[in-house]
Amino acid sequence: MPNVEQELRRFVIDNFPFGQVGDGLSNDDSFLDQGIIDSTGVLELVTFLEETYEIKVEDEELIPDNLDSINRLVKFLQRKLQVSS
Amino acid sequence: MQVEEFLERSAVRFPGQTALVCGDRRLTYAQVEEGCNRLAHALVGEGVRPGDRVAIHLDNSVEAVLSVFAILKAGAVFLVVNATTKADKLAYILNNCRATALITDSRKLDAIEEGSAQTPHLRTVFVAGERASARPGTGLRSIALEAVLQGTDRPVPPPAKRRIDIDLAALIYTSGSTGRPKGVMLTHLNVVSAATSITTYLESVPDDVVLCVLPLSFDYGLYQVLMAFKVGATLVLERSFTYPHAVLETLIRERVTGFPIVPTMAAVLLQLDLGRYDLSRLRYITNTAAALPTHHIRRLRALFPDVKLYSMYGLTECKRVSYLPPDQIDVRPGSVGRGMPNEEVYIVNEEGRRVGPGVIGQLVVRGSNVMKGYWDLPEETDKVLKPGAFPGERVLYTGDFFKTDEEGYLYFVGRKDDIIKTRGEKVSPKEVEDVLYSLDGVAEAAVVGVPDAVLGQVIKAVITLREGCPLTEQDLRRHCAQHLEDFAVPRAVEFRDSLPKTTSGKISKRELNVSAEAGR
Repeated sequence: MPNVEQELRRFVIDNFPFGQVGDGLSNDDSFLDQGIIDSTGVLELVTFLEETYEIKVEDEELIPDNLDSINRLVKFLQRKLQVSS
Repeated sequence: MQVEEFLERSAVRFPGQTALVCGDRRLTYAQVEEGCNRLAHALVGEGVRPGDRVAIHLDNSVEAVLSVFAILKAGAVFLVVNATTKADKLAYILNNCRATALITDSRKLDAIEEGSAQTPHLRTVFVAGERASARPGTGLRSIALEAVLQGTDRPVPPPAKRRIDIDLAALIYTSGSTGRPKGVMLTHLNVVSAATSITTYLESVPDDVVLCVLPLSFDYGLYQVLMAFKVGATLVLERSFTYPHAVLETLIRERVTGFPIVPTMAAVLLQLDLGRYDLSRLRYITNTAAALPTHHIRRLRALFPDVKLYSMYGLTECKRVSYLPPDQIDVRPGSVGRGMPNEEVYIVNEEGRRVGPGVIGQLVVRGSNVMKGYWDLPEETDKVLKPGAFPGERVLYTGDFFKTDEEGYLYFVGRKDDIIKTRGEKVSPKEVEDVLYSLDGVAEAAVVGVPDAVLGQVIKAVITLREGCPLTEQDLRRHCAQHLEDFAVPRAVEFRDSLPKTTSGKISKRELNVSAEAGR
C-alpha cells in the first residue's frame, strides 16, 4: 500500500510537528518516543483513519501496537480493510 | 522530617509490598530503597555535595523515580526537567541552577553533549539505556546508570543524613511571564507539609494503588510518587496518556484505586465507551491544573457514582491551594473548594485588605507549604511573597482572582497575567513569541490562548510576515517544535497583514479579536 503509506506520512507530518526529526521521520519511529502525539492527537489520527478509509476504529484498538509508527499504522489499516472488504 | 524518609520509613514498614509498577517492571519497597541507596552513594562519590542541584531529564520510568529519592538521600536538591524540553532550554535551566550532575537516558545524550559548552557547572551525567559513554572533548564524565543500580548483592545503607528540613529539597521550574522559566524553591518542610495535607484529605492508605500518567516534571505528577511512598501505597507509573485504552487496561489489571487526571484526560475518557471497563476498584479521581467543565463533572458522576471526585486548585509555588470535598461536588460543581488542612487561604482587595463573600480579589495562601522563592530571582520573589502575620513570615500572592460564596467556598475568576494553561501545563506566550521571532521572515507575532473543549485552552499564534516571505503554518509549527516542549507548540497559526497596536506601539492582544476557532 505505497499510496496509503504516503498519505499517512503526510497526515502525521502535517499534523504533528516532529521537532527532532521533521521529514526524516522513519517508518519505524515510535510517535511516543518522539513525544509529540498525545491522547488528543491519537483521537485526531483515528478520526482521519475513519473518515479517509471508511473504517471504524474500536476503543480497544487504541493501543501502540496499532498506531505508534507509520509501519504499524499501515499494517493496522491493511487488517481493517481486509476485514471490511 | 525529610522527604526521602517517605521512602525509608515505608521500606521498613512494608519491605515486601509493591512500591512501583512501570511497564513490565515491578519493584518492592525494599528494592526501591536499595536502588536509591546505591545511586545516592554514586552521586556522593562523584562529588555531589549537600545542597548541590542535580537534574533529572527522563521519561516517566523506574530510573526517574529512583533518581528523585537518590538525589535527596545524597543531600542534594532535585529538579525534574520535562522529557520533551529541547537542548537550549535544558541548557538554560542547568545553567540557571548551576546543576553539577544530570541523570538522563542515551537518546537524549547527543543534545546534552551539544550544549555542554554552555553548562560549565555540569560535571557528571548518569545515563540510562544503551549508549552510556559521553564523547571525548565534552568535559563530561558519563556513568552507566544500570551498572550503578545493579552493584553487588550486599545491601547498602543510605548515606549519613547531611540536611535538615528547612534545607531545599527540590526546584520546580515553571513558566514565567518574562518567557524564561523560574525555579520554585521548595524545602523539605514545604514538600512534607503539602504531601501531608493532601494525603489527609484524600484519606490515602497503604492499600491504595495510584495510577500516574502525568509527567514527573509537573508537580501534580511528581507528588503522586511522593505521596504514594509516604503512605506505603503502590504507584503505577505510565509514560503518558497517549493510548487511553492501554492505560485503562492497566488501571483494571493493577486494581487501581486512585486516578489523578487533568481536564484534557477527562475529555478524552468521556469520548470512550467507559461502561465497558470494570472500574469498580476505583476509589477516587482527582482533577487539577484547570477547572473541569461542569458538564464533564456531571457525566463523570453519572458514570462513576461511587467514585469520589475531587476538584482541586493549586500552583507550583505552594503545590496545592484548595480541594472541594467530594460530597460537595454535586452541590457546587463550579467551586474548587476550600483550603487544605493546615493551611489558610483568603482573598484580598487591591489595598491588601481581606474581603467578604461575593467580592472578587486576589487569593493569598499562608502555610508551611508556601515556597521559599524563585531561585536567584529576588525581585520576582518579592512580587509574590509578601510579609505575613509574624516577623519573617511570608505569604503567597497567587496572582489568581477568586471570590467565595457565603459558606466560604472558592470560585476561580481569572488570572492577573497572560499565562496560558493548556493540557494542564502553563505556557508563557512570551516564550513562544520569542521562538517565532527567531525565524527571519516573522515580522510580528502574538501568542494567545483560545478556548477549546478538549484542551481547556489551545495556543494560537497570530503572525505578520515580512514581504515576500514564503513561510507556511507548517514551517512555523515545525520551527516551534524544534525549540519548545510539545505542549507549547501552537496548535494553529493565523496570518494577518498587520496586528493592532496600543498607543505606545505594543501589540494589543485585547484588540486582536482572535477567533475561538483553533483550526483543528
